[in-house]
Parts: sequence; C-alpha cells; structure tokens
Amino acid sequence: MQCPKCHAPMHTYNRNGVQIEQCSGCRGIFLDYGELEALTQLEAQWSKPVPPPAPQAYPAPPAPAWGAPQHGGGHHGGGHGHYGGHGGHHGHNKSWAHMLFSS
Amino acid sequence: MTADVVPQLTARVTAAAHPDAAPCHGTCGTATLAHRPDTTVLRHADTVAKAHAPGTDSTALTRRLAIAARLPDVFLPPLTPAPAAFVDDRPVTLWPYGVPLDPDVPDTAPWEAAATLLARLHRTPPTPAAPWMRGPAKAAQAVTRLHAALDGTGTAHPAAPPVLRAWSALPAWARAEAPMPGPRTLCHGDLHLGQLVRHPAPDGPWRLIDVDDLGVGVPAWDLARPASWYACGLLPPDEWARFLAAYRAAGGPAVPEDGDPWPALDVPARALTVQTGARYLAKALAADRPLDEVEQSLIDACARMAPE
Repeated sequence: MQCPKCHAPMHTYNRNGVQIEQCSGCRGIFLDYGELEALTQLEAQWSKPVPPPAPQAYPAPPAPAWGAPQHGGGHHGGGHGHYGGHGGHHGHNKSWAHMLFSS
Repeated sequence: MTADVVPQLTARVTAAAHPDAAPCHGTCGTATLAHRPDTTVLRHADTVAKAHAPGTDSTALTRRLAIAARLPDVFLPPLTPAPAAFVDDRPVTLWPYGVPLDPDVPDTAPWEAAATLLARLHRTPPTPAAPWMRGPAKAAQAVTRLHAALDGTGTAHPAAPPVLRAWSALPAWARAEAPMPGPRTLCHGDLHLGQLVRHPAPDGPWRLIDVDDLGVGVPAWDLARPASWYACGLLPPDEWARFLAAYRAAGGPAVPEDGDPWPALDVPARALTVQTGARYLAKALAADRPLDEVEQSLIDACARMAPE
C-alpha cells in the first residue's frame, strides 16, 4: 500500500491488537474503519486509575478456615466481602439488623 | 396462652412501679418491650417485669438472679432476689428500666463496653451453686426446632443438609450432650446487642441484661456470636477487632492475650453459626419464603465447615 499523501510505501504495525499503517516517508498514519475507536478505548483503559484498597483502620484480623471467602480462608479465594449483606453498608439489611439483636 | 400473660403481668408491673399504691394518674402507661412465645417484657414507669419462658427452672433462675445481684458493675441489678410472682406457672422477675441500644443505628454498637463487661464477668470466680451456662442447650433447641419445621413442611430444603452436617461435626459438649470442658467460668450465655442497656437511664453505664442463660461454662461462647458474624462476612473487621481488643485489654480469659484467637473461638463460633442458621432457616420455612443474602451467608459457612 502506498501513502495517499507522499506515495511512499506504508508499513503495517500491530499496536495492542490494532493494525495501523504508517508511511515510511512522511510518517503519516492510516487507520481502517473502527481502529480510531479501538485505540481510544485502549487509551481509556490505560489511564483509568487503579481502585484504592478498601479503607481499614486495623489489619484484617484472622478468620477461621470456614469463614467467608473475603477472609481468604474459604475455598473460593479472593472476592469482595459483603459486610452487612450490602457492600459494607451494614445496618441497611433488615435481617442483619434483626440478627444483631436476637438470640 | 401467651396473650393471657399480658393482663396479669401488667398488674404486676404497675403494682411494683407504685409500691405505695399511689395512683399514677394515668400518666405512666404500660409499654410492651418484648412479646414472644417464650418471653414477655413490660415496662411501667421505671420498672420492668419479665415473664420467663414456660418450663423455666425457677430454682436455677433464683441462682442466676443472685449472681446478677452480686455483680452490679456487670448486670442490671434485679429488684427482687427471687422471682417476684408466677403468672401461668411462668416466673416473673422485676428490674429497673435501662435504655437499650437503638436497633436503627447498630453502627453505634458499644463493642468496647460489651467486651469489658464480659471480661469482668469471666474474671469473677463462680460460686459453687452457679448453674450451667445454657448456650449449648440453646443451640440444640434451635436445631430441634429446625427439625420440627422441616417435618412440618414435609419437603426437603437445600439449606438444611449443610446446617445439620455442621451440627453433627461439633463436639458433644457444644451440642449440650456432654459437660462443658475447662475451668468453671461465669458466662452470660446469650450475648447479642439486645442484651445491653444503659442504667440509670438515659446515659448511665452499659450493663448486661437477661440472666436466663447465665452460668458456668466455656467463656469463648460469649465472644462467639460476634466472632461468627465476623467469620460469615457480616460484621466488619474493624468492629470485630475493636471488640476483641477491648476484651483482651480488660484481661478476659476466653482467648490468649495475643496471637490467633480462633483455636479458642472455633467450636463456639461454629455452634452459634449453626444455631443462627437453623433459627433463620426454620423461620423462612414457616413463612414459606426464600433465604435472603445475610441468612444464606450463615448456610454457606455451615457448608464450608462440613463439606459433603
């Protein structure tokens, strides 16, 4: 393929799974349909900040082997906890509020 | 049967609140603090009357009242040294009114105060007459009620086998089938956030209430409900850490001073997870409703304790 501007030969490169053509003469870049969007998406992924770790005033206390997976003691590994049943907003779940106060 | 208790108990609490027979000019009123098949608690002015469960051993209850009366810095002090009356053969005890924790704001739970009260109780040498702590008996009762609920519906429920397997995997003492091991230690036997009141109202120090399960046993049982909630992913780690740290700071003997507390907590926390799971499953079966996410977390923990 030849550069539409300077007619020098274009070379194909692969950048993160996106095929781009670059002119060996003027360094101009040719994108196929959808490739600009693909690159934009990739850029957004790179610039997204790493989610901060959950705030915790104390180091996580030990938990038993049969504990919930978020303690790392279960057989499922990793995963996010559901303290209080709803992503940490304990007290918002009716049965949890009831459980705290009953035998 | 339970409905009949209220008028008689109302008369008792009103008389106790006005011992000089002075009229209360209709200004006091009687409030129902609890009314369940096994317990009715009424308040009139600054006096509270509790009708205990049918079949309560009143000799043991009197011994439990004596323990509470001896420990005014731990327990709300009873107004009488023995059951003040009987209604429908149920013993009635009288208490001063204390302000409970607001269930709508459990975030303000006084974990440090609860832990300190328990440590104080656990460090008190028991008298020879102290009865057994009833924790394991309560767990066994919850499992018996689950069996009854399953028999009642006549259908299998997928949550029942893990609960029953986890129960079978517990040592005999935790199922109330053998005496509890270890040194005789005074325990509350049924700690939860409803067992704390401020006395004198409204902002006195926190005190424990409910002597029904009080007695000698394994003190880790009193830490096991918060421990179970934490293990099941319900109680946030910082609240559990605050409770445990305060208990240790107050010299509580149920767990080692430092290091991993779980060797001491494991059996009681498993038992209370089974008890709570059995209780909520029985309620769900009776109401013919599915388990919610919180309830399911207890069943999941049971399944991890005793895999198929």
